Amino acid sequence: MPDPMRIRANMAGDKVEVRVLMAHEMETGLRKDASGKPVPAHFIQNVSVDHDGKTVLSAQWGTSISKNPFLHFRFKGGKPGDKIKITWVDNKGETRSDEATIAAAS
Amino acid sequence: MRALAATVGAVALVFCASVPAQDKDVTQREIERYRELLAEGNPADLAEAKGEELWKTKRGPKQASLERCDLGLGAGVVKGAYARLPRWFADTDRVQDLESRLVTCMVTLQGFTEDEAKKNPFSAPGRGSPIEDIATYVAGASKGMKFAPPLEHPKELEAFRTGEELFYRRAGPHDFSCATCHGDNGKRIRLQDLPKLTDPKEAQKVFTTWPAYRVSQGSVRTMQHRLYDCYWQMRHPQLDYVSEASIDLQVFMAKYASGGTVEAPGLKR
Amino acid sequence: MDRREALKAGGGTGVIALALAAGILKPEDVFAADWNKAAFDTKSFADTVKALGGGGSSESDQILMTTPDIAENGAVVPVTVESRLPGTRRIAILIEKNPNTLSADFTLPEGTDPFVTTRVKMAETSNVYALVQSGGKFYHAAKEIKVTIGGCGG
Repeated sequence: MPDPMRIRANMAGDKVEVRVLMAHEMETGLRKDASGKPVPAHFIQNVSVDHDGKTVLSAQWGTSISKNPFLHFRFKGGKPGDKIKITWVDNKGETRSDEATIAAAS
Repeated sequence: MRALAATVGAVALVFCASVPAQDKDVTQREIERYRELLAEGNPADLAEAKGEELWKTKRGPKQASLERCDLGLGAGVVKGAYARLPRWFADTDRVQDLESRLVTCMVTLQGFTEDEAKKNPFSAPGRGSPIEDIATYVAGASKGMKFAPPLEHPKELEAFRTGEELFYRRAGPHDFSCATCHGDNGKRIRLQDLPKLTDPKEAQKVFTTWPAYRVSQGSVRTMQHRLYDCYWQMRHPQLDYVSEASIDLQVFMAKYASGGTVEAPGLKR
Repeated sequence: MDRREALKAGGGTGVIALALAAGILKPEDVFAADWNKAAFDTKSFADTVKALGGGGSSESDQILMTTPDIAENGAVVPVTVESRLPGTRRIAILIEKNPNTLSADFTLPEGTDPFVTTRVKMAETSNVYALVQSGGKFYHAAKEIKVTIGGCGG
């Protein structure tokens, strides 16, 4: 089971500001291990953020997103107490979903 | 690669002095801006979260958690403990830093042998280190607090004197000491500024940024790891994990860093 | 209706949600169908724009990029893109000199700010492009980011 994300969601004016840290190696497939063997590519391909049954952001990623990916974005329509759900799927089919509650303005 | 880097480093120390002043300033400002832009969303948060979970997990032959571990402020008190380390502990009658104290607790509370507790102290690609995650969690629990390690007990004072000797002792094929890189103001290796660790103004800003997430390694590095690395760079004999020498050095440096604000976990190149 | 069409129609709700809930579609089925392999294999700005469905792209000063001029470590380079172009629904990040140009392709529905910050890997000093799709056309801005290797310590 992949490690959990760290999600911070709070109000900023009338918008919800979201910062996420995901735990993922994001291997490019170009790196070689100590014995000289290439480490296979292992990276998040799809990200989706849902609020109130709607997708507020989706993304397709390649291998050049940094290890332990960070994402910061803003959307309208959320309020304190609402939940947002963030899901990622990687090229091996592994997936992780985490929820966070929107906090009042920080 | 490392030998080359060290040699180039030594040579670069000389060359850095000849870079035109205004170019250096622009570069410096840009590097600072790069670091500022990275400040939000520190991946060390992930290690902190894992460390907190491990702290509360029953592990080892005794199947106990670390929640009764005394880090200097009483059994189980995590908040603020890192700001008062290293320090002398009555139960072991030794001066200890964070990581050696975690080893003590893993042995006494959880029943691990000392070797088992010291195994795998540093994470590597594809392999995490529980003790590293726990250290990140504990250090982070002092974030924002004033760094004030004690320096009164006779053993603390003795550790300081030994640490001082170690800091200035030149050895190894490069004839380097810690002071070679960290004993003066204004030194730099390529783009890496070298803080003068005996200058409180500089020590206060850097010492408590460890443990830190090293983007170049993609993982957290603790103070023990940092010192181990320094010894490797200097081509000194290996600095053993949580050895007396490693703690004495910290006691020496901690004195000059005292008064700074705990920034751990930090974020570094 | 095949998976691809269902995806375009559903847009994350309705059909897809039901299918996921019913276990007919597994998350990796839904997403695996929606990863633009061709776009992530391209090796130039122009080819990437084509692979993303653009005939070409115009430079725009309405796309703001916040990037460092120098990245101390190419493994982690922060990039922020903010678009002032009306109806921005898509922001992509392209790194010219990387082995594969396309780094990320963000879809931003109405109600979501045309703004995103993430961190990318850069193999060497290169132009980084922010590609924006607005009103069916593509626009871009570029910033050069110098990649260095720092020293050996702290």
